[in-house]
Amino acid sequence: MRVLMFGWEFPPHNSGGLGVACEGLARALVDKSVELVFVLPKKISLANDRLRFLFAHTAGTNKIYGIDVALTPYVTAKEYLLSKRYLEGNIYGADLFSEVMRYAKSVRDLIEHETFDVIHAHDWLSFLAGVEAKRISGKPLIVHVHATGFDQAGGNLPDERVYAIEKIGFDAADRIITVSRYTKDMLISKYGVSSEKIFVVHNGIDSSMYTYKQESNEFPWKRAGQKMVLFVGRLTMHKGPDYFLRAARRVLDFCPDTMFVIAGSGDMEFQIIRQAAELGIAQNVFFAGFARGENLRRLYESADLYVLPSVSEPFGIAPLEALASGTPVLISKQSGVSEVLSHALKVDFWDIDEMANKIVAVLRYPPLTRQLALYGNGEVRGITWEKAAEKCIALYNDMKVVHNNS
Amino acid sequence: MLSLCLYFHVHQPYRIKRYRVFDVGTDHEYFNDGSETDLNNERVLRKVAMKSYIPANETLLYLLYNHPEFRFAFSFSGVFLSQLEKQFPDVLQSFQDLVKTGRVELLADTYHHSLAFFHSIPEFERQVRQHRWIVSRLFGQTPTVFRNTELSYNNSLAKWAEKNGYMGIMAEGWDPILGWRSPNFVYHPKDCKNIRLLLKNYRLSDDVAFRFGQRSWAGWPMTAPKYVQWINAHHGNGQTVNLFMDYETFGEHQWEDTGIFHFLAELPREFLKHPDNSFKTPTETICDYEPVGEIDVPQTLTWADTERDLSAWTGNNIQQAALREIYALEKDILATKDLRLIEDWRRLQTSDHFYYMCTKYFSDGDVHKYFNPYDTPYDAYIAFMNALYDIKLRVQNKLIHTNVPLSAQSPVPTI
Repeated sequence: MRVLMFGWEFPPHNSGGLGVACEGLARALVDKSVELVFVLPKKISLANDRLRFLFAHTAGTNKIYGIDVALTPYVTAKEYLLSKRYLEGNIYGADLFSEVMRYAKSVRDLIEHETFDVIHAHDWLSFLAGVEAKRISGKPLIVHVHATGFDQAGGNLPDERVYAIEKIGFDAADRIITVSRYTKDMLISKYGVSSEKIFVVHNGIDSSMYTYKQESNEFPWKRAGQKMVLFVGRLTMHKGPDYFLRAARRVLDFCPDTMFVIAGSGDMEFQIIRQAAELGIAQNVFFAGFARGENLRRLYESADLYVLPSVSEPFGIAPLEALASGTPVLISKQSGVSEVLSHALKVDFWDIDEMANKIVAVLRYPPLTRQLALYGNGEVRGITWEKAAEKCIALYNDMKVVHNNS
Repeated sequence: MLSLCLYFHVHQPYRIKRYRVFDVGTDHEYFNDGSETDLNNERVLRKVAMKSYIPANETLLYLLYNHPEFRFAFSFSGVFLSQLEKQFPDVLQSFQDLVKTGRVELLADTYHHSLAFFHSIPEFERQVRQHRWIVSRLFGQTPTVFRNTELSYNNSLAKWAEKNGYMGIMAEGWDPILGWRSPNFVYHPKDCKNIRLLLKNYRLSDDVAFRFGQRSWAGWPMTAPKYVQWINAHHGNGQTVNLFMDYETFGEHQWEDTGIFHFLAELPREFLKHPDNSFKTPTETICDYEPVGEIDVPQTLTWADTERDLSAWTGNNIQQAALREIYALEKDILATKDLRLIEDWRRLQTSDHFYYMCTKYFSDGDVHKYFNPYDTPYDAYIAFMNALYDIKLRVQNKLIHTNVPLSAQSPVPTI
């Protein structure tokens, strides 16, 4: 089985879950002897590239192509324009959308020299490239939805050009993978996609990269005996950091010795800092900035509770990382990850009182904290990329058979 | 000779509402949910009464009138009776009408449907006494046969029941305990002389209670003649077939459209067609048959799940912690002499609260088979612990004003 995959940069280059998901899935697929022709929208450096390292040890004839376009995951049209000036020597497209088109056109040369059975494209920025590859090669196309325009818009209507490209991808695709039933339902209700075409493949996690926490006194508030409640995520509307703060305000009435730590940056950063001051809880809120790698791991391990208050979360890998580190989680019901976790507290993102009630319960009742951490950790060990890869492979085989018979 | 010993268990807990941290210290009503959910006790009781108790009682009354030989037993939890008395006196009356026929035996139980025997014998005894009072007050009967919450049983419970003058006690007729022996005889518990043990025939009981309406079951559709045939197969190798089940089997667990009421209505006539068949209450069964052997149950046995143990109530950390905390309050609660407070504390001991915290069904992928009025077991635990927190504050207030020293065993939190 040979798959042409339009993927994304692997960590640590990326700034979000899409790169992590692409790496996890690609690695598991290669481990299961799927050959990948991996295309990513970035000129890859020859030295020290994690991709090359990943594929180097495998026997298959995996290939990597980096295409020089200025696309990064999670970019919105507005962010794109803002970020343009930071991109050195970038004189490519006039805007994000012409870049997406340019990406699509550039696959033509590439696939002329390649053979593959199935095309697999991750998220809307690569959909047009996938559609183009299908048009030229006639091979079946699978589009993989990690987030939709609606998720990015945080409750507002999505950019209509994004919506249009997504629609093209969904219509042209032979099969659609969504990372949750939550996202599947969104495709059905907001995009009019028929249910039979959509398959849910939940993300996984490599739990071996995390260690179950020891008692940690690394942070000053921990040394002072305070409890720590953690938010990790971009500070944008759809991640719900404002709900987190409003719940914190309620919690502090009952558990004043609590530090609420916010790790992340984004367009709502100043608004959130101001909100903390307005709520009168600035001394109990710590802004840790954007964290990854070892810093992020230390935050997970030190926290008494991780909270995911997302307004709309197609999946949400961070709660799995927290649990893999031995930290219990409280997650929004409006998230895909709530479909795979039983040993987690769950709440509607808008229900501030219930969110506060549950945070207080974790801080007050140690048996609850211990059980959520221990059982949740056990549960996360069963949520693997291997399982996700098996589902994808079943879909590939299915497609190949259908394609060969037609 | 083959007799049928029927006993129906009737219980409804006081479920705790979504009692939150904001309610602690201000709202002492834990059980008055008014929502359109299954946490609303009055709503649940009305629903179950309509679907189950009322039509089942009508059926049984009809059977008692039409078959002079027909008899059976009930075990009521006290918390069920107190809810009926307060909210649905006419339904209580229909139970009383059945008992008035003189052919319905009532069993001893704990008032609060609790697991107190495994945590505090004095508290357990108080609840058994309270149960005896309400049964005597409402029905004019004093029970002589004991059954414990969830049919939990072990040697020491049998010892206790013997010491306290009961003639009989009930347990699950579980194969690993019985070995080659049959549940269809009367036994005596290990090292007991005077008390007898009745064992539930779980296969025949569960054919009705669990499998009756299951279309995938080989026995479906079940009819009274077919079922009586299965019972009659025990002629010659048994004396009593003990069918123990939740009363809600009729109409609530097995819906009316499965034909369960028709089945019940037909059963006595069909069964009595055989000249050697008869109905006996538990006490009659004990009096009429000699024990054939001794049963040793060192570990606690219940009627639940494939494990037949207490793991559905005590299997995980939060359940164990919650049980520990509630019984740690015993001394201080009783010292308050505040009857309302003590009653609230006892209502929190009802086993259902701990069952709702059970997480073992997650791994079975069997979550849907298990009924829980809360969204998750963790919601159940949080509501319970918040209510308990409020109870601790009430105890603290009470004892501070009466100058009774607080017990070190139950440290009271501060807000």
